[in-house]
Amino acid sequence: MPETKYKQEMAFFVDMQRCIGCHACEMACAECETNGQESMIHVNYVNRAVSVQTTVQVCMHCEDPTCANVCPADAIHQDDFGVVHSANTSRCIGCSNCVLACPFGVPKKEEKAELMMKCNMCYDRTSAGKKPMCATVCPSQALFYGTRQEIERMRPDSVPVNTFQFGNQEVNTKVNIMMPKGTHKLIVE
Amino acid sequence: MFRLFQTLNRTALVKATIAVVVVVILVLVGSRDLQNFDPALISYLLGTIFAVFGIAYRYSVWLQRPPTRLYWRRSMQFLFSKDFIPYAWRSLRLFVRNILFQRFIAYRSRTRWVGHFLLAIGCLLAFAITIPLTFGWIHFELKPGDDVTYYAKVFGFEAGTFALGSVMAFVAFHGLVWCSFLVIIGSAMMMKRRLTDGGLIATQSLSEDWLPLILLIAISVTGLGISYDYTFLQGKTYQFMAVTHAIVVILWLVWLPFGKFFHVFQRLAQLGANLYKHEGQRRGMAVCEHTHQEFATQMHVDDLKLLTKQLGFDYEKKDGRNHLDLSPEGKRSALAKAHFQARKASGKFFG
Repeated sequence: MPETKYKQEMAFFVDMQRCIGCHACEMACAECETNGQESMIHVNYVNRAVSVQTTVQVCMHCEDPTCANVCPADAIHQDDFGVVHSANTSRCIGCSNCVLACPFGVPKKEEKAELMMKCNMCYDRTSAGKKPMCATVCPSQALFYGTRQEIERMRPDSVPVNTFQFGNQEVNTKVNIMMPKGTHKLIVE
Repeated sequence: MFRLFQTLNRTALVKATIAVVVVVILVLVGSRDLQNFDPALISYLLGTIFAVFGIAYRYSVWLQRPPTRLYWRRSMQFLFSKDFIPYAWRSLRLFVRNILFQRFIAYRSRTRWVGHFLLAIGCLLAFAITIPLTFGWIHFELKPGDDVTYYAKVFGFEAGTFALGSVMAFVAFHGLVWCSFLVIIGSAMMMKRRLTDGGLIATQSLSEDWLPLILLIAISVTGLGISYDYTFLQGKTYQFMAVTHAIVVILWLVWLPFGKFFHVFQRLAQLGANLYKHEGQRRGMAVCEHTHQEFATQMHVDDLKLLTKQLGFDYEKKDGRNHLDLSPEGKRSALAKAHFQARKASGKFFG
């Protein structure tokens, strides 16, 4: 990796209950140059038949990423900052292992291009000390990029959590989710 | 030093050694016991043998990784099944389309495909010329009493003739010159991308992204230098041109198994992944319990459950279901629902 101005004191905080489904983040994500102008963020209805609730999902940048482990082509790389990068274009064979194994449902497969792509926390911006595109445009701050002190001041009744339980598997991530105070883990049944 | 030998992968070492022995035998047989071998190319031969060893070693280590092994075994199982003919035909078509012509890159960007295709086809043609020459499989000779006709011999057998000074001779003798132009144009196009694309600027590295292009251009330019020398300088700088070209090519050959160019060999796995997907579709699709829609082949989902377990991940739930049975959208919704429930239980949705 080239020299960067990545700010390690900055962190990503997601609160999907604040998502209003405006899709502004999708439009902003498509501006990210590391994605080749493809939007990598996911906004979808949780269960449209019974609710208008929407959810937003960025890559959570797992500490031990399942996607990279199941990749047969060694195409997914985690850098020194813990950012899990989109597939190396020269290596990715488009097998979709990562798409199906990611517990958060993040990677996308570009079928014709035989390529997996995913959010890499706007590395073109974050490596230059800027905020990810989605976090700069989210009107409800479902997506927030800043310091831990800033989020604690803004959300006094919430706490950032980066541990998830999927079945028997505990997953720790670089990206945080905002949970009620006193919570240490989000258990997904 | 001894520690290095202790850490070597034994299976890979055996396979790489076998690969080298096979190449040496092919050189001996193809050059008719070195009769047709060109001693001026000995350094290239040694570099190529090292590259063969390194590539076979790395490939073997790579195939031992659980996900790679899974695809390798599955694709071989499907290829050598009762459907051998349709699958072999499918793989051959894909090989031409995606390996020789790299058409999948066109869907990433058309200019990028043009650049990559030019440099790749230049390299492949150059390989097709230089490897048989280096191994002594092809050589040219004049027959006694006929000093205007060149005889091409392949594996020692006569395979064609052409007159010296003919268009055919000009095209054949300058084969590597045409390749050099293709590689230089392609590499320059790829370099332009790396200078102007913000995303690439942020993520590229010298060793993985720039050095390969610099080396390809260096090989082409020094190769052109040899042609320039004998065409315009009466061979006055031949030593210099030949030695610099040999140094760059051998550096490249030695680096081939370790650096970016290994992707050329990895790319073949794309054919296996395609067979895997095709056969999986025939066997049946998995339906997501959340979206109630097909999202992948059931075989793929089942294989991934085993694979993740093998890698130390356990997504199995207490009720016997598995988190991997959900489609990507299903997983995102499951997460959102769990978050909603946690917020609801706390009595506050925000704050």
